[in-house]
Amino acid sequence: MNYDVTIIGGGVIGCAIARELARYRLRVILLEKECEVGFGTSKSNSGIIHAGHHSATDTLKGRLEWAGNQKWDALCAALGFGFERIGELTVAFTPEERATLERLLISGRAKGVPGLEIWEPDRLRREEPNLSSDIVAALHAPTAGVVNPYEACFTLIESARANGVDVAVDYRVEALSRGGDGWTVTGTGPDVASRFVVNAAGIFADRVAAMAGVGTFRIHPRKGEEYLLDKRLRGFVKRVIFPLPTATSKGILVIPTFDGTLMVGPTAHETEDRSDITTTLPGSDEVFESVRRVVPGISERDCIAEFAGLRAAAEGEDFIIGPTAAKGFINVAGIQSPGLTAAPAIAEMVAGILENEGLKLTARDDFVAAVPPHVRFAALPLDEQVRLAGEDPRYGRIVCRCEHISERETVDAIQRGAHTLDGIKFRTRAGMGRCQGGFCSWRCMELLARERGVPITEITKRGGGSWVIRRRDDGDQP
Amino acid sequence: MITGRATQLQGLYDVVVAGGGPAGLAAALGAREQGVERILVLDREREAGGILWQCIHAGFGLHHFKEELTGPEYAQRYLEQVLEKEIDVLTDTFVADIDRDRRLKLMTGREGIRVIEAKSVVLAMGARERTRGAVRIPGTRPAGVMTAGFAQKVVNLHGYLPGRKVVILGSGDIGLIMARRLTLEGIEVAGVFEIMPHANGLSRNIVQCLHDFDIPLYLSHTVAEIHGRERVEKVTVAPVDERMRPIPEKAWDIECDTLLLSIGLIPENELSRQLGVRLDPVTNGPIVSSGMETTMDGVFAGGNVVHIHDLVDFVSQESLLAGRNAGLYVTGNRPPADNIRLSPGENVAYCVPHTISSERPHTIYLRVRRPLEKCSIRFGTVLEKKLSYVFPAEMVTLTVQPKFLENFHGDALSVDVVAR
Repeated sequence: MNYDVTIIGGGVIGCAIARELARYRLRVILLEKECEVGFGTSKSNSGIIHAGHHSATDTLKGRLEWAGNQKWDALCAALGFGFERIGELTVAFTPEERATLERLLISGRAKGVPGLEIWEPDRLRREEPNLSSDIVAALHAPTAGVVNPYEACFTLIESARANGVDVAVDYRVEALSRGGDGWTVTGTGPDVASRFVVNAAGIFADRVAAMAGVGTFRIHPRKGEEYLLDKRLRGFVKRVIFPLPTATSKGILVIPTFDGTLMVGPTAHETEDRSDITTTLPGSDEVFESVRRVVPGISERDCIAEFAGLRAAAEGEDFIIGPTAAKGFINVAGIQSPGLTAAPAIAEMVAGILENEGLKLTARDDFVAAVPPHVRFAALPLDEQVRLAGEDPRYGRIVCRCEHISERETVDAIQRGAHTLDGIKFRTRAGMGRCQGGFCSWRCMELLARERGVPITEITKRGGGSWVIRRRDDGDQP
Repeated sequence: MITGRATQLQGLYDVVVAGGGPAGLAAALGAREQGVERILVLDREREAGGILWQCIHAGFGLHHFKEELTGPEYAQRYLEQVLEKEIDVLTDTFVADIDRDRRLKLMTGREGIRVIEAKSVVLAMGARERTRGAVRIPGTRPAGVMTAGFAQKVVNLHGYLPGRKVVILGSGDIGLIMARRLTLEGIEVAGVFEIMPHANGLSRNIVQCLHDFDIPLYLSHTVAEIHGRERVEKVTVAPVDERMRPIPEKAWDIECDTLLLSIGLIPENELSRQLGVRLDPVTNGPIVSSGMETTMDGVFAGGNVVHIHDLVDFVSQESLLAGRNAGLYVTGNRPPADNIRLSPGENVAYCVPHTISSERPHTIYLRVRRPLEKCSIRFGTVLEKKLSYVFPAEMVTLTVQPKFLENFHGDALSVDVVAR
């Protein structure tokens, strides 16, 4: 099949672009190298929708951050992923740091970010009693939110697919060639031909650009380690807490996630290895020492999970979005923080660029903006739970006891595309709680095997060689 | 398979037991002994019996039945008694919430969501295993890092294998038993690595599961890093310094595809916490009286929910007591309140129960902090008993008779384990 657009990369940027292009009468395909969309950098994202005042106005980042921020409410209303505007606080420990808060306040107001104000210690104690008493002031930004970035990816792509976009996972792009009226992508799946290629390949965007003959920039991955804390700490802080930002980082944060856990991190360390998502002892020390300074009551003993991700930082530290010397090849590269926040605005910008480059955008009259709502059974009122479980007893059967996830929700996740344990985990939260799958992994494996009609030994954690169990009579092969 | 099923779920019970493992079954029998009518045991699995079903090794019941049983045999004996006594057992049922009026919200796979009431509740939810996050092992996050209990379930209940070559972190009993079990399955167990200078499992398991199978035990060692992108490829192990940090210069790599974690159990007290019972920060379980009553009126607890036991026999014994007292609560025949608080002193991590009465005999369970040979356990100045050795991994049990407390007039009794 000949496509109009090939999107390389199924992170939140690629998914948002796919969904944006799905509004038009186009033939679009998205290629993702992992077993599911969102399983690269986006999965390890801090999940913060930044308030809008962080980045300088003379950068692409600065322009797209606030524009993107304002689009998340409508996206969430249509797609139903976890999103809440909980606000953020940037804290100052000294009078000099306080002066920086004043500057952030002024520049934020200039951008039109509403609600910014500086809280003095008495207000701060009242709102966030568990912050360090050494804090002299904090900048409150109510427009900041938290989102489940992987859920956003899953629902964006679900919506795109429902509107006709094709998706190929486990597809690693190996070569790009231009001929005739467009491009041919070669990789670990059938060749894909299209008029336009959108390079949203994250930490590999420079390599994909080089394949197209326009390797004009370099991505230098910056690793971030994050640590997830037990739900027992729910409400310990209510807003995202930032220290003062530095040149390369927004610092180590305390993030109350949408689901009620606290997440602390990330670190920011340059790495040469693009597969390096290891957590480290120094990284863990750095995170907890830094966080304890701001919120003294947080302890590493509350840690239930740890992970790391790579930010796709480019030289110049700004986003690289636009057409290239190679006709029809569009870069969407160097999308580091606040890339998640900016994603919906980036998607619209890319659609505009494609139109400028000669792609005709005709709105579909049958575009369906919403996806069927996800049931979060544990969050429903009792009478609604009784009603649903009366209709389908699978809502009454528990799969994940830490997060109270039912069999029906798990089966729904499988029917919506989850085909790995992590696929279920990131769609339903089964296995994300304090026992980290000790109880529910087996149940999820049984349900995957049953619903997909495959032997249980074929169930993987995350695709590829991530097998979980083997047969007793197997030889050397799992 | 023997399993009970409540033919008709009622709205009100005298005693409801949350959890149908060894603790819950014993508690239900204890309540029945007191002549209580309507007793219901709830279990989230398809069969009651708890984790015993996957414990197919022998060594259960030596104290209680005076013979060596496997886990399933032990569970079966209890389950048969429970059914004989016509106690309702509802499986495939998860207790999602208990409120202060002892209303329980049940999620059931057959009957949907139900709310029932109980005159008395026994908490018997057992424990869960600590996971990788609790010890923050650096490295990648591939498949193949799993708790020993998960591996035990895979092998013993379902007949699959967790991998081909295994390293075990932690010397908890489940890990030791799995070291032997996997060896018998033809899997190579490269060693057991314990960060503490002493083992965390029963001595008999160190001998029978490791020594007898030439599996090395490395004390004061830990897993310093996990490698592998999709499945575990190797782990780096290292001795630790006095701060329990790995010493990188002495580290070495072991190729393996599986890392089993046997790094301890945590009492499963989510429900207790929702309910608002006071927990002991050392045991992570409820603070209990000599009748195993929590700080919440009419709510009792027994088994691993209260503190981690090393023998199921003691779980049964303690939970029987919890059930009896839940029954006495319902019939209005409660014994007089406790008048002495036990206070963990020298080399004592905790004592259960937390309070006792000078009028009745009591079995006290405690754990020490450090190993000691030739020592004594002292209850203030009123009682001293010699012990040949103590070991943190082995619970100390002691029965205290009222006559020893005759001359004690305070309200707090210090419990110490000291060298002789």
